[in-house]
Amino acid sequence: MENWSRERLIEELKKKESENQDLQQKLEKREEDVQAILAKLIQDPTNHHIIPDKHQHPLNHREVARYSRQLILPEFGPEGQRKLSSTSVLIVGCGGLGCPAAIYLAAAGVGRLGLIDYDTVELNNLHRQILHTEGRVGVAKAVSVALSVKALNSHVELVPYEVALTSQVALIIISKYDIVLDCTDNVATRYLLNDACVLGNKPLVSGSALRYEGQLTVYHHNGGPCFRCLHPKPPPPETVTNCSDGGVLGVVPGMIGCLQALEAIKLASGLGTPLSQKLLLFDALQGTFRTVKLRGGKSDCEVCGETPTITKLIDYEQFCGAAATDKEKGVQLLEADKRVTVKEYQDVRMKETPHLLIDVRLPVELEICALTNCINIPLKQLGKPNSIAVIEEKLSSVRTKSIYCVCRRGNDSQLAVKQLESTLSEHGCQIKDIIGGLTAWANKIDPTLPVY
Amino acid sequence: MKVRLEFRGGAELLVNGVTQHTLDLDDNNNKWTVARLLTWIRDNLIQERPELFLQGESVRPGILVLINDTDWELLGELDYQLVENDNVLFISTLHGG
Repeated sequence: MENWSRERLIEELKKKESENQDLQQKLEKREEDVQAILAKLIQDPTNHHIIPDKHQHPLNHREVARYSRQLILPEFGPEGQRKLSSTSVLIVGCGGLGCPAAIYLAAAGVGRLGLIDYDTVELNNLHRQILHTEGRVGVAKAVSVALSVKALNSHVELVPYEVALTSQVALIIISKYDIVLDCTDNVATRYLLNDACVLGNKPLVSGSALRYEGQLTVYHHNGGPCFRCLHPKPPPPETVTNCSDGGVLGVVPGMIGCLQALEAIKLASGLGTPLSQKLLLFDALQGTFRTVKLRGGKSDCEVCGETPTITKLIDYEQFCGAAATDKEKGVQLLEADKRVTVKEYQDVRMKETPHLLIDVRLPVELEICALTNCINIPLKQLGKPNSIAVIEEKLSSVRTKSIYCVCRRGNDSQLAVKQLESTLSEHGCQIKDIIGGLTAWANKIDPTLPVY
Repeated sequence: MKVRLEFRGGAELLVNGVTQHTLDLDDNNNKWTVARLLTWIRDNLIQERPELFLQGESVRPGILVLINDTDWELLGELDYQLVENDNVLFISTLHGG
């Protein structure tokens, strides 16, 4: 190609450009087809988001008896109840936030609940995702929540969606609901849901929780900001912690999920002042709720501003540089010769080959489970001079230059190897990590080791 | 001039896990804007990886700044001039559920 004349290059470029245009058109056509198919697939039993009739009609005897304790509240009253029972709410994420939100909305007598979750119930969900049960481990979360909700209030219409919320399906599903609850667990889906609610013009009740803290606000309502007004740019992926890595006390998302239900009830019935342009911060350790004042909707917001540049849903995983899930992603940072399998490491232990095993997890994690004969230096401490001194002293007392790093799943241990390679002054050390960490060790070598 | 700083929502991990800091800033010669405060925090409080706090001259995406419980965007952001007893809260947005 380097011998081509300028004319030929231009000609070739034009040809490629026209090919590109053809492909683009085909792609657009294909996307339209996909949208049409999806629209057919994801059809509610009812086709309108307005639930017919209920709004006009007086409450029947059963409803009056059932909801009597909230009916006698003057601000809510029968009118509020009728409005609530003619409202449809979409709950995105049937986890720690979605469970309490769903059960309180159903208890209060919401008209229809849409429940989205692609995932299935796991044992480690049950401490906070309180509508699932031991017997439903492995069952789709959307179905599991629907079953629990049905048992409490059989008059609420339930629509479980066992799908991931994607740019292809979001607008279709959202269009069938009046209010949307963001009960998701990752940044990419939060941007997607925000943009979809702006494009579909629905209020978005957004909750989040981690460790001992929770946050709650209502986006895109009554001149208030949307998520993008506050956060035009996504956070660097390495600064985002999920519940699986950071931990969460179950009652914390419980509190926030209940408050999401409350905000939805307020929006549906016209009660009180919704948390628009305000952010509620819950601190479980201090026992404090604090509400701070936020900016209004930004006129230059890319999606809800005066001249939006985002007019259809985009690729949010690409935008955020992170997957739309809170599942652990296996990373591969080291070359194969710097990694050993749990089987290979078991041989090292059986043969009593001299080596130093460094567990790089937090001390609290070693209280849960650990291999014998390891030393514990958390990843964050690993580069510090006193840590290096400990390692060098250990190496000389064991008379070895062989180091193995281990962690929970085999990601941090790779970072640890890289860290040690750059900081250990001792030359000729062989530093390796154990693939899959203690989780793999428990699965393949020692089933008595608990997995967390 | 006394100013209180708070770090929450995980932002406290940037400052060794300490959520509350009381500063006594010398304001004899120069006024303290939030921009100046951010640089001061980077140089004096941030233990490691300052880029996880500051990007360019502002806070990195994902951190909200609230001055006396009000979004700094309503108060002039970097140009806001601190006064005695101001409370500046840095809150990292949570995403878990």
